[in-house]
Amino acid sequence: MTAPDDRRAEAPRAPSTGGLNPARGEADDRRAEAPRAPSTGGLNPARGDSPTLWHDLRRFTEARVGLGRAGNAVPTAAHLDFQEAHAAARDAVWSALDVEALRAELGPVPVLRSEVEDRRSYLLRPDLGRRLRAADRAGLPRTGGTVIVVADGLCASGVQRQAVPLIRALSAEPPVAPEARWHIVIVEQGRVAIGDEVGEAMGAEAVVVLIGERPGLSAQDSMGAYLTWAPRRGRTDAERNCISNIRPGGLSAAEAAAKIRWLLRGAKAIGATGVRLKDDMTSTGLALP
Amino acid sequence: MAFRHVIGGTSYVFGDLRALLARATPFRSGDALAGVAATSAAERVAAQKALADLPLKHFLAEAVIPYEDDDVTRLILDSHDGAGFAPVAHLTVGGFRDWLLAAPPEEIAPLARGLTPEMAAAVSKIMRVSDLIAVAQKCRVVTRFRNTIGLPGTLSIRLQPNHPTDDARGVAASVLDGLLLGAGDAVIGINPATDNIEAVLRLLGMLDEVRTRFDIPTQSCVLCHVTTAMLAMERGAPVDLVFQSIGGTQGVNDSFGVTLGLLREAEDAALALKRGTIGQDVMYFETGQGSALSAEAHRGVDQQTLEARAYGVARAYSPLLVNSVVGFIGPEYLFDGKQILRAGLEDHFCGKLLGLPMGVDICYTNHAEADQDDMDTLLTCLAVAGVTYIMGVPGADDVMLAYQSTSFHDGLYARAALGKTPAPEFAEWLERMGIGKGEAIPAAMSPALIGLE
Repeated sequence: MTAPDDRRAEAPRAPSTGGLNPARGEADDRRAEAPRAPSTGGLNPARGDSPTLWHDLRRFTEARVGLGRAGNAVPTAAHLDFQEAHAAARDAVWSALDVEALRAELGPVPVLRSEVEDRRSYLLRPDLGRRLRAADRAGLPRTGGTVIVVADGLCASGVQRQAVPLIRALSAEPPVAPEARWHIVIVEQGRVAIGDEVGEAMGAEAVVVLIGERPGLSAQDSMGAYLTWAPRRGRTDAERNCISNIRPGGLSAAEAAAKIRWLLRGAKAIGATGVRLKDDMTSTGLALP
Repeated sequence: MAFRHVIGGTSYVFGDLRALLARATPFRSGDALAGVAATSAAERVAAQKALADLPLKHFLAEAVIPYEDDDVTRLILDSHDGAGFAPVAHLTVGGFRDWLLAAPPEEIAPLARGLTPEMAAAVSKIMRVSDLIAVAQKCRVVTRFRNTIGLPGTLSIRLQPNHPTDDARGVAASVLDGLLLGAGDAVIGINPATDNIEAVLRLLGMLDEVRTRFDIPTQSCVLCHVTTAMLAMERGAPVDLVFQSIGGTQGVNDSFGVTLGLLREAEDAALALKRGTIGQDVMYFETGQGSALSAEAHRGVDQQTLEARAYGVARAYSPLLVNSVVGFIGPEYLFDGKQILRAGLEDHFCGKLLGLPMGVDICYTNHAEADQDDMDTLLTCLAVAGVTYIMGVPGADDVMLAYQSTSFHDGLYARAALGKTPAPEFAEWLERMGIGKGEAIPAAMSPALIGLE
């Protein structure tokens, strides 16, 4: 298991800095404006004993409210907090998979690559990121079973951190049926649909693509899982099911693994994934572990 | 019909109008991805020169997507206003650029229905950034629902209080934050995290309650699918504006799950509610270059021409608001700040020229080569160009859609830098509520009034 890097954990939003100075002018301004209140529907807007400060709005949302003002701009601390979050997201987009670290955890699994040359062309040419290099395809074993593809996607650092815990949770039980097996491959510079080609070449019953999700300012470590029954080239996104936001603070590895197993059982029952396979695990009463 | 131009002894040939427009387009990654971009700088300028020589009348004779195949083409050609076109009917595309730059504002506005989207796209392709700004600045488009949007000297802001789980108090906190920073005159418009009807009804009720509690002269919108909005209206929900994403081909609109007829039904349903107080412009559309290609419905047409065709759809419904979400789609369509800048100004120019109340979501994702400096540049250019409205997102960080747009603060900056004011009714309301006079929350805007304690 790779050591978690705490500095990359979800960026704290520093609620106490960069906001308004709570000691400044609140009471005076309230007095000045209070007489102009419009109809208040019986509520007393004055409530004077516990004035709500602007930055107290942050209790209700993780959005960047109550930042305060420096002229018309945000104050320096809030500005630099934003820059820090954006820097982390940018670095996550341009991060690369540490393949050897993954193999140290997952065993000597095959390592493949899409037709993409580098990160820039990955961003510009999604079509190439969906295709395996011919030599890599030719060398794939025909295993059948359920194939797990670990791909970097738009955030290698996300999949680097979340893939192994999820795979451990998954492989505690066989997929679909007792005799079935999991088979794992790693794909560099891959997009979701590359799983179709990998699964087809390996004769897989189903493919589960674990892939880094586009980083936002609040999460740079998120992974998605895309399930496709009977994978083959030309499958559309409407023929997949997606489980998103797998990360600490989002969907845990155990929850995601339970959902994947549930979807795979459903997929086997109807012989399909996608819009025909409704993602209503909780409403059917199947409890999460 | 084929077009030809010679540059430095090389003859460049363009097989049809579609190819000519695509090759003449300033470079962007989406056209390269689609395989329609010029393959050299010389080919591009050859196409631009051939395009400049093309009579505007030609656009009425050759469609980029055949009339029989595409209802957007039919809408464009069937609704063309020949009389409106007359003042420029004798011009080439190049001559039209010169005419637009020289014309006074009062001669430009009456053209709108006489121009096809393809004419607007064509002339934009041979314009520089300063041209796009200078001509757009002369276009006047005013719309009304509960306030007046688009008056000269105003800049409106959509307050976008998104929340990852549509939590009512989380949304309310962002709404209040935005109001206190002068945003919300274009619309208080939330992108719901799901299109679930119950969630949409809850948000509609909540936004309407905040609006009536503070007596705000503005309109609200939950940006759900048009069919969900119709269902909400059937159930008696307070729907001010009907929202829909639209594109420039029949195929991309299919991929959005809409037809031209469905949009008309939705408009009629919203009009029947008669919720506007000073006007009945009830539609709100969003668009963006690249949407048709991403739905594999671009038909070999470049993304900027298709974007202009989306405006041809929008103007059939007298919208209150239309905006391009320019940098949201990602780097495979608009790679970096330079491409996003140009696209944002093209979209605004084409929309205004075609008679739309054009706003822009000045934005980028984290996998694009862009940052806040690029957005500040585009914001400043658009504010000079007279953009009708921009977005206001807390701290520029949309925590639901995971992209960066303009902040409430950015709106304050743009208004101050250009001497702009909000919509007049909203400006009066801000004054009445004591907003903008210091950093404390005025008593009349107490968070407790909307359940935030």
